[in-house]
Amino acid sequence: MKRSFLFPLALFLVVLTAWEAFCRLGGIPDFILPPPTRILRVALGDAAILLPHAGITLVEILAGIALALTVAIPLAVGMHAQPAVERALAPFLIASQAVPVFALAPLLVVWLGYGLASKVLMAGVIIFFPITVSLLEGFKSCDRNYRILFQLMGASKLQALRKLYWPWALPYFFAGLKVGVSVATIGAVIGEWVGAQQGLGYVMIQANARLKVDLVFAAILWLSLMGVGLWALVGIIEKRWLWWKDASDSE
Amino acid sequence: MLVIKNLTKRFNGQPIVEGFDLTVPSNGFTVLIGPSGCGKSTFFDLLMGIVPMDQGDLSWRGQTVIALKALAAYMQQSDLLLPWLTLERNACLPADVAGVPPKQSAARVEALFVKLGLEGFAHYLPAMVSGGMRQRCALARTLMFARDLVLLDEPLSSLDAITRRQLQAYLLLLQTEFKKSILMVTHDVEEALLLADDLLVLTAAPMRICERFRLDMPKPRDIADRSFLEIKARVLARLEKEASW
Repeated sequence: MKRSFLFPLALFLVVLTAWEAFCRLGGIPDFILPPPTRILRVALGDAAILLPHAGITLVEILAGIALALTVAIPLAVGMHAQPAVERALAPFLIASQAVPVFALAPLLVVWLGYGLASKVLMAGVIIFFPITVSLLEGFKSCDRNYRILFQLMGASKLQALRKLYWPWALPYFFAGLKVGVSVATIGAVIGEWVGAQQGLGYVMIQANARLKVDLVFAAILWLSLMGVGLWALVGIIEKRWLWWKDASDSE
Repeated sequence: MLVIKNLTKRFNGQPIVEGFDLTVPSNGFTVLIGPSGCGKSTFFDLLMGIVPMDQGDLSWRGQTVIALKALAAYMQQSDLLLPWLTLERNACLPADVAGVPPKQSAARVEALFVKLGLEGFAHYLPAMVSGGMRQRCALARTLMFARDLVLLDEPLSSLDAITRRQLQAYLLLLQTEFKKSILMVTHDVEEALLLADDLLVLTAAPMRICERFRLDMPKPRDIADRSFLEIKARVLARLEKEASW
């Protein structure tokens, strides 16, 4: 096992042990703070109830990622190709992130209903920004001498994008995508809190109202696993797509 | 033949190049050598049209041109290989951009790789080979531009002394094998003397030619040869004089 993996695992186990000891020795009731073993028992024991809801949330997140990619990639390409587009859109992009998602959620539920659409849009709004900004930064970071080389070859804008800028920016794109998928759960869950009949956010609201804090934590556990899983999945895709990077990094 | 007349460029009122005249003969190897910061690289940027000139006329084979962008192949100091492409695909880039079918360009690159000692390395990534091999790949890419005029901007400056010596022989192939007209800038006197037919010593900014050496010694040259050492001493003396200004 890699040493880099051992340290966070050890820290995680120390925190869990301290938490467990605090709850047990301090006599903390489960409806205030359940111990980790109790949370794990509920997460696995009630998996039949939780997993279908987790599936719904996962669909919302994946659809949100797809939506964010559909918007972010052409947006970043457009802003890179035409600086005027970047100047025109930059204030709106920043404003879109300055508005708290909590403020947007009720409006989106009113406009798009209690179904999947409002949650997908919430997740998409959160994810698209880091992807757009990272990709744009990636395009901009392209070395001047390489740009000159393509200019001297007589490459069209599309050729330069395909053969130079896009591969150049891919490491930045994946960095943005990793940030995006890590926070994607926030958008989907907030959407579910405001108005939904399914999903882990809905389970959390229902459980909280009944003081079933262990179930709330169990839902959080599944959400965290989902986030970590998506992050790891992006890492695997990145490694496959940027197969040449290992050789370059070890140079 | 490339003719440059009265080339002038100022940055913030400061002249970088002023009234510069130069003729590069067909199939000739012309080398410019000068003190650091004299504007050699800017000069190439001006010729290629990357930076606009304030004044000056260019003509190639008797035809007036605005810049050499579409006429010359330009090899810069660093190899500029794309790390995600194999050596073969890197060398094929100019042909790919020009729309040449990949199989056709790969066949041309294969032949070039044999001449440049890169046989068997076509499918390696740039990170997997030495600096000298990368530079040879960049040379192959320069040749894939299929242009008769080649501008070399200190192409070996990033390499160690031994690799440089090996690659100088490959640069010579540009003239002897590929029949190119070459204009090169360097700050390495020995390299200049090994390759040049015409060696022009430059002044510090504003860049002007202060002395011209016509080198008729046969190539490849011997750096221990007496006449080589005599010219080397004269060039060094001229450069030291320029640097002391």
